[in-house]
Amino acid sequence: MSRRTTPQEDFIRGIWKENPVLVQLLGLCPTLAVTGTVDNALTMGIATFFVLLGSSVLVATFKSVIPKEVRISAYILVIATFVTIADNVLHAVVPEIHKSLGPFVPLIVVNCIILGRQEAFASKNTVGRATLDAIGTGFGFIITMMIMGSMRELLGNGTWLGYPLFGAHFEPWVIMVLPPGGFFTLGFILLGIAWWKGRTAVPVRPRRWPHGVTTEVGGSTS
Amino acid sequence: MSEQKLPVIETESGGAQPPPVQVEASSVRLISTLAVAGALAGMAIVMVFQWAKPRIDKHNAEVLAAAVTDVLGGAQRYETVFLDGDHFTTEPQSDTAGLDRVYVGYDANGQPRGVAMEAGEPGFQDVIDLLFGFDPATGDVIGMKVLNSNETPGLGAKITYDSTFIGEFNGVGTPLQGVKKDRAKGGHDEVVMITGATISSRAVIKIINDRLDAIEQPVDSYWSTLAPAAATSAAAKSGGSVTNAASGGGL
Repeated sequence: MSRRTTPQEDFIRGIWKENPVLVQLLGLCPTLAVTGTVDNALTMGIATFFVLLGSSVLVATFKSVIPKEVRISAYILVIATFVTIADNVLHAVVPEIHKSLGPFVPLIVVNCIILGRQEAFASKNTVGRATLDAIGTGFGFIITMMIMGSMRELLGNGTWLGYPLFGAHFEPWVIMVLPPGGFFTLGFILLGIAWWKGRTAVPVRPRRWPHGVTTEVGGSTS
Repeated sequence: MSEQKLPVIETESGGAQPPPVQVEASSVRLISTLAVAGALAGMAIVMVFQWAKPRIDKHNAEVLAAAVTDVLGGAQRYETVFLDGDHFTTEPQSDTAGLDRVYVGYDANGQPRGVAMEAGEPGFQDVIDLLFGFDPATGDVIGMKVLNSNETPGLGAKITYDSTFIGEFNGVGTPLQGVKKDRAKGGHDEVVMITGATISSRAVIKIINDRLDAIEQPVDSYWSTLAPAAATSAAAKSGGSVTNAASGGGL
């Protein structure tokens, strides 16, 4: 909070450098649970985006009115309201997808990404910056959900958004649409990111301390 | 290194300037803030709910109508009949909310086509809810559609979309017998189960048999009052219907 960030940084941060799922490892429950198909993943991403944006704007607007003692309760109230609205709208507009998402739409209430952004950012910054931050983080979440959903649906079902891509001879890897497939996919993506970051990091050399003790300094990869 | 310095900094700052005074909000303010926020949230939710409710109800009704038409092999319209005590009636005395119900489908000529009923029991992972059509005149199941299930994708979930398996329920004698693919003898009451989804297939068969066991007698007696034409055709087609009902009730 010490250094002012530019609007671009506010926006981009949530997508890449501080991607909520891939870097902060938050919101893993929906990431693992509802990314079996692309349409489920996309709907979940959009619902979370909507809740995050609405909550951030409201919390940033009313941050001076909310006493700090009840701020978490107030955030939860705001988030729960938006989640209930999203749940009802999904039920009315896309009933089939709403059915397949099951309890995970109401569970957005306890998604750490949303409460985390309220406490860490929206409650301390202007409405404009909170909005940009929410849009960036929301997009970061949607993108991750889409990557997960695409990989799992393609390999596990041979389709993308319901369209068959591999022809009749493709034997689906059923495990990819089952819960273990979620763990495998997320694990490989995180592995890829760790490799990408390690690739650009400066190699750590042994360092000589003044008292003649040689020690290996643990390197930070960020 | 910084850990060693930390206490020094604390004493320094503590000596130089007093800690900032914590302004505590009064309880009234806390309660009123949350109360106002809660009231506004409630209002917003009620408004959205009022907008969404008719759409959700309309969709549910459409899904049910489509499913009833589906399992009754092209019924034109259907009528909800409630089980009041031990008999079916269109106008029950008690509140309809808690009553068991079936849907009687009629064809284009206004002739009763069959009875569709919902049933649900645990499958492999979770309760399977399904709707099936039953023709009391012949004692056959004439169609089946899974409404809600949470079976294993790619395996048990096939009960909802495997057209061969669903087709097995198109005119099959009751009580149903589940058989494996290579053991099928072509009997009238045989349902060939899905390879790799035996438990889910068996669950579907059991759900239909149990439901019929429990409800076939009142359904048959309502059917006979429904349309004399249908009743006579039922009697003419087979005495099997009557014996079937009796054995079903006795089980």
